[in-house]
Amino acid sequence: MFFALFESFRSAVISIYAHGLRSFLTTLGIVIGVASVIAVISVTEGMSSFIGDTFATLGSNSLTIQSYTPFEDQMKGIRARLTPEDMELIERRTDGIASITPILYASRSSQIKFGSQTAFSQIMGTTYAYQDVSQSYMSIGRFLAPSDNATRRRIAVIGEKVKENLNLPENPVNEYVEIGGEWFKIVGLMEPKGEIMGFNRDDIVLVPYNTMRSLQGNQTRTDIQIQLSLSDTADADSVTQQLTTLLRNAHDLSSDEDDDFVIQTADQLMETFDTIINMVTVVIGGIVSISLLVGGIGIMNIMLVSVTERTREIGICKAIGAKRHHILMQFLIEALLLSLLGGLIGLALGYGLGTLISNAIPSFPQASVPLWSVALALGFSGFVGVLFGILPAAKAANLDPIDALRYE
Amino acid sequence: MALIELRAITKYYEMGDQIVKALDGIDIDVFKNDYLAFIGSSGSGKSTMLNILGCLDKPTNGQYHLNGKNVEVMDQNELSEIRNQEIGFIFQSFNLLPRSTALGNVMQPLVYRNVRLKQRKEMAMDALTRVGLDDRTHHLPNQLSGGQRQRVAIARALVTTPSILLADEPTGNLDSKTSIEIMQLFDELHDEGHTLIVVTHEDEIARHCKRVIEMKDGKIFNDSNTVTDAVTH
Repeated sequence: MFFALFESFRSAVISIYAHGLRSFLTTLGIVIGVASVIAVISVTEGMSSFIGDTFATLGSNSLTIQSYTPFEDQMKGIRARLTPEDMELIERRTDGIASITPILYASRSSQIKFGSQTAFSQIMGTTYAYQDVSQSYMSIGRFLAPSDNATRRRIAVIGEKVKENLNLPENPVNEYVEIGGEWFKIVGLMEPKGEIMGFNRDDIVLVPYNTMRSLQGNQTRTDIQIQLSLSDTADADSVTQQLTTLLRNAHDLSSDEDDDFVIQTADQLMETFDTIINMVTVVIGGIVSISLLVGGIGIMNIMLVSVTERTREIGICKAIGAKRHHILMQFLIEALLLSLLGGLIGLALGYGLGTLISNAIPSFPQASVPLWSVALALGFSGFVGVLFGILPAAKAANLDPIDALRYE
Repeated sequence: MALIELRAITKYYEMGDQIVKALDGIDIDVFKNDYLAFIGSSGSGKSTMLNILGCLDKPTNGQYHLNGKNVEVMDQNELSEIRNQEIGFIFQSFNLLPRSTALGNVMQPLVYRNVRLKQRKEMAMDALTRVGLDDRTHHLPNQLSGGQRQRVAIARALVTTPSILLADEPTGNLDSKTSIEIMQLFDELHDEGHTLIVVTHEDEIARHCKRVIEMKDGKIFNDSNTVTDAVTH
């Protein structure tokens, strides 16, 4: 058996080599098919591993709570709110919280000025706990301190992008910027964090929470966001449960009313992105695998032609003693080898293509080819080879020796 | 015991609603070291005879024993094996594999016998040396002359040491000088003890053979052996 396999393999190699150009053109369909599958997978896979990395830096054990008003209610002028009292309640009554911080977004203008430069940025009022919750690190200077909040100091911590946009000096500490008509002293510059899906996380300005509140005037309708990080032993699901119960009670929601807030974990966000990317991969991959099918049909076509062309040879081989399985194996292995060869070339080409795409588009993550996709591509092209090789091979094996010998 | 025993062999073909009797009740015994020619005009049934003798085709009726084996009950795979073990074919149009060298062609039947590559090469080299082609082993068929091609085919037939060599118009595609050389090779093979069966329409060729069977309309018209027998009796 092994001997017969080896001999079939040998004669297949000879045959493929003897028809070099034709073999290449035959397998071109497989090459293109595998190349596009691998290119698609490598690009989306690169994207998803990049997103995974990014979310890891968000702090995977952090939770964000924000108010949520259904669109219908918004039309009626109802707005759900999260209040500073809600946060105090959470802080007092929930177990498993390591740090908790309010975030108050600038409501009127997010304009910021330095000298003659004006820029727009995300301006947030928050507390010292934000550093822990968001896993931010300082590159120069210091973060917000508890005392800054208590005394409502006019100070700001900025991200790398803000420094660039405002043409601030390399060390922006002790420079003054104008926010909403007030002067703020810069006390610290945060380490760059990069982008998530086009959102630059270095384009932020942090000011003390109480300072921000006083800037917004004595608003009774303050709607804050709450970010918290969990202690190591806490379970995100059970904390989410606690928070939901607590907030529903605080907001006097009856059992038939929906939550007027959303609790999001970084994991949830990541899962959402993962689901989207996986779906994109499957859909594009599916479309592209049609080309593999077409490639397989191409192989079948040429193999059928090849069987007809070699009818006489098959007759000779049968006359001198070839059995059905000898002929079957020879053609089947030839088809298998052709498509595997195409699969290998396609793999290299697809990887190159993926790398090219990810390098051609700036800020696009590096392409990566996971091992399973290599196995999948080769496995699938091998499968296609066998599937579409069987018909021609069976046709060859079933030829009648007399007719085959007589064939001109 | 006879090497080949044909008893009441018939072969019918259906051509539309007509039945053509290609072979119609053939009884032949062929013995070891026979040198036999089938002659006859086209349509006499000698090609069908060759196909049946070569186990390429099965008779419609009758018994065929080849070297003690009952051939007419075998399936396609068993026939392949019988052809590989017992029969060496030599065709009019040589029928060499075009993309294999002379050596490769001669080694091919041994592949189906699961002979290892090294041993295959040795056996094929011996056979090529026997037909005087040891200096042309790595030439492709289209780089060889007609006579050389037929010698490769003979080497391929010899390499398996079959019980019969079956030649179908072996000189049909050759000039007269080369034909004589090939027939001389056949004579030598006969002298060495091989059993040869030649199908031909040329009297020249048949004259080399020790026994000539003339066929007509699917029947044996004349068998030189029985004629001699009749004369002696």
